[in-house]
Amino acid sequence: MTEEILTTPLEQQEYTINMGPQHPSTHGVLRYVVSLKGEIVHKVEPHLGYIHRGIEKMCEKLTYPQIIHLTDRLDYLTAHINNHAVCLAVEGALQVEVPERVVYIRTIMDELNRIASHQLWWCAYGMDLGGLTCFFYGLRDREKILDIFEESCGSRLLHSYYTPGGLMKDINPNFQKRTKEFIKYFRKKLPEYDQLLTGNVIFQERTKGVGPLTKEEAISYGVTGPNGRASGFSCDVRKHHPYAAYDKVDFKEAFYTEGDTFHRYKARIDEMWESMKIIEQLVDNIPEGDYSAKMKAVIKLPEGEYFQRVEAAKGDFGIFIISDGNKTPYRVKFRSPNFCNLSCIDLLSKNFKIADLVAISGSLDLVIPDIDR
Amino acid sequence: MAFSIYDLTSFNQWVDKGLNSVMSPLWATITEMAIIGVVFLLFYAVVGLFLVYAERKICGFIQCRVGPNRVGPYGIFQTIADFIKLLMKELVPINKADKFLFNLAPFIIIIASMMALAAIPFAKGIHAIDFNIGIFYILAVSSMGVIGILLAGWSSNNKYSLIGAMRSGAQIVSYELSVGLSILTACIMFGSLQLSTIVESQADCWLIFRGHLPAFIAFLIYMIAATAETNRGPFDLAEAESELTAGFHTEYSGIKFAFFFLAEYMNMFLVASIAATIFWGGWMPLHIGHWTGFNMVMDFIPPAVWYLGKTAVIIWLMMWFKWTFPRLRIDQLLTLEWKYLLPINLLNILVMALVVLMGWHF
Repeated sequence: MTEEILTTPLEQQEYTINMGPQHPSTHGVLRYVVSLKGEIVHKVEPHLGYIHRGIEKMCEKLTYPQIIHLTDRLDYLTAHINNHAVCLAVEGALQVEVPERVVYIRTIMDELNRIASHQLWWCAYGMDLGGLTCFFYGLRDREKILDIFEESCGSRLLHSYYTPGGLMKDINPNFQKRTKEFIKYFRKKLPEYDQLLTGNVIFQERTKGVGPLTKEEAISYGVTGPNGRASGFSCDVRKHHPYAAYDKVDFKEAFYTEGDTFHRYKARIDEMWESMKIIEQLVDNIPEGDYSAKMKAVIKLPEGEYFQRVEAAKGDFGIFIISDGNKTPYRVKFRSPNFCNLSCIDLLSKNFKIADLVAISGSLDLVIPDIDR
Repeated sequence: MAFSIYDLTSFNQWVDKGLNSVMSPLWATITEMAIIGVVFLLFYAVVGLFLVYAERKICGFIQCRVGPNRVGPYGIFQTIADFIKLLMKELVPINKADKFLFNLAPFIIIIASMMALAAIPFAKGIHAIDFNIGIFYILAVSSMGVIGILLAGWSSNNKYSLIGAMRSGAQIVSYELSVGLSILTACIMFGSLQLSTIVESQADCWLIFRGHLPAFIAFLIYMIAATAETNRGPFDLAEAESELTAGFHTEYSGIKFAFFFLAEYMNMFLVASIAATIFWGGWMPLHIGHWTGFNMVMDFIPPAVWYLGKTAVIIWLMMWFKWTFPRLRIDQLLTLEWKYLLPINLLNILVMALVVLMGWHF
């Protein structure tokens, strides 16, 4: 080994560095073992499990309303959307008709949550590329959404607002007013994001053509969400398998074919615009009615297998429940978008610089607790 | 100068004479050196503390926050508190680090920035050494800092540090060229390398106005290259906290880290002073042609205020683009220097030479 090191020229030698589990740009306890030649990335090996909490196993001991609280902790930035998947699965299994009011509120909440998630991603992505000011711009606007959540749900991050059959409680009387105020405010502020980061020459140089993903690769790696759509893989669950009120609203799927880091970025910015459009169409038309359907005190799913997909901010989020007729599920499996999105990191960052690895892994918008579960 | 009250030359001569009459010439020189040394150390510390505070406040305002506001009025004692904290922190020993070089590196960096300070003319008569090759001396001394960075990265026994140090080496060696050439462009105009002469010759009009386009281009290139030289954003690849955690000073703690930190701000102060001295006329007040009244009013402002004001404006510029731009990648950084800045610079020197030869300047 020593002889090999001495005889091979320096520029051909490979060395490994550990990025993570404590590293500022892995956004959590993800660990990459990166093989480098000089500054060029040769291989990236993600090591997982630093925040594995056995959520799927824990679900087997918990009732369905309790599972909802655990799904908050998967992708904690889109707690509403994760809750939505569980609720839809349970409601579908029980054939419960959910009041129209609930459907509307859930859709609005989901979209607000999507915007909040993309905002935080935008903050962190700017920071990954060295533009520290982005962080504060994004958080400033996200705060407004969290305030709306706090008013109605009582919490800002881990809401557990949805229950099987409806909502925990009705929305705050201020909800519509504040949501409309936010949309008005954010329509003014979102162009600021473009001014600060998107239009910057350095940013475009750093991202254009970096980490390209083709449509075939996206499909074979199961890359969904804005990442997949930037590569031309039309995978929006809201469009293809509409749930909640998505069949009633008019919105475009953010779609690009280039598949590089810059277009993954663009896809998310576009999604924020589309989400605002969806909210605007719904927020004035929330029908009157109950905020929950009549549900039994103990929810037991009939024996069988149930699967429900929703479009989370990061991609296609699925929950698969096998029930043996008890009040707790026999087995629960989450299809987490981040896990599949992460899987292509080696493919994307090969032969790029180490600085590009940071840009690429940031553009995939990884949330580590969702990967490890 | 209209107001000779601001001219401290006679005061300096008086001090010199006084000391010489009391003691032997050798001891007088040593005493003078000691006085200047103490004054510079104090100045260094005050400027360092002030710049840290200023950066925090400015970046706070850019980022929609207020910055430090708890320790003292408007948080002005925040940096002092932080430095006391850094002084009291444990110096973590690094396993298998090259102890000698590891401890030496912060000193090299801080000494390099201090030595360069000596040749800066702060005002008429406030000038530690007035070399006839002042600019050459500043360039030579300030580029010593990169040795400290390389040593820090090498001796830390940490791959992140090493990558950071190597990046910084490539970066500073490249951008040194642009800094040198853009200053050279200015020197063609002055026909001198002596900083006092350079300032005096801008008495009627600052270089940036006098030298037309080539002087302006030289100023722009100098600003870009100087920012890269000080390892500040958007060229902070040596630290690049999102890629390399903290780059070359990852393993440093306590007062050794404070040295790096202070040296970064002092380097910024230095390059800003050089820019102010060469392009904006140093401590020279703003004079416009024959507007005698206006010129008189401008003369009334002390030269030290002029100098510090210009430096502050340039420092503010550098902070502004640090906090709004994302970071470049190493290959883009080198491309920018070798493919764009250097050719433009060489061409600019030619143009400047032509301007001077033909007398197309004010």
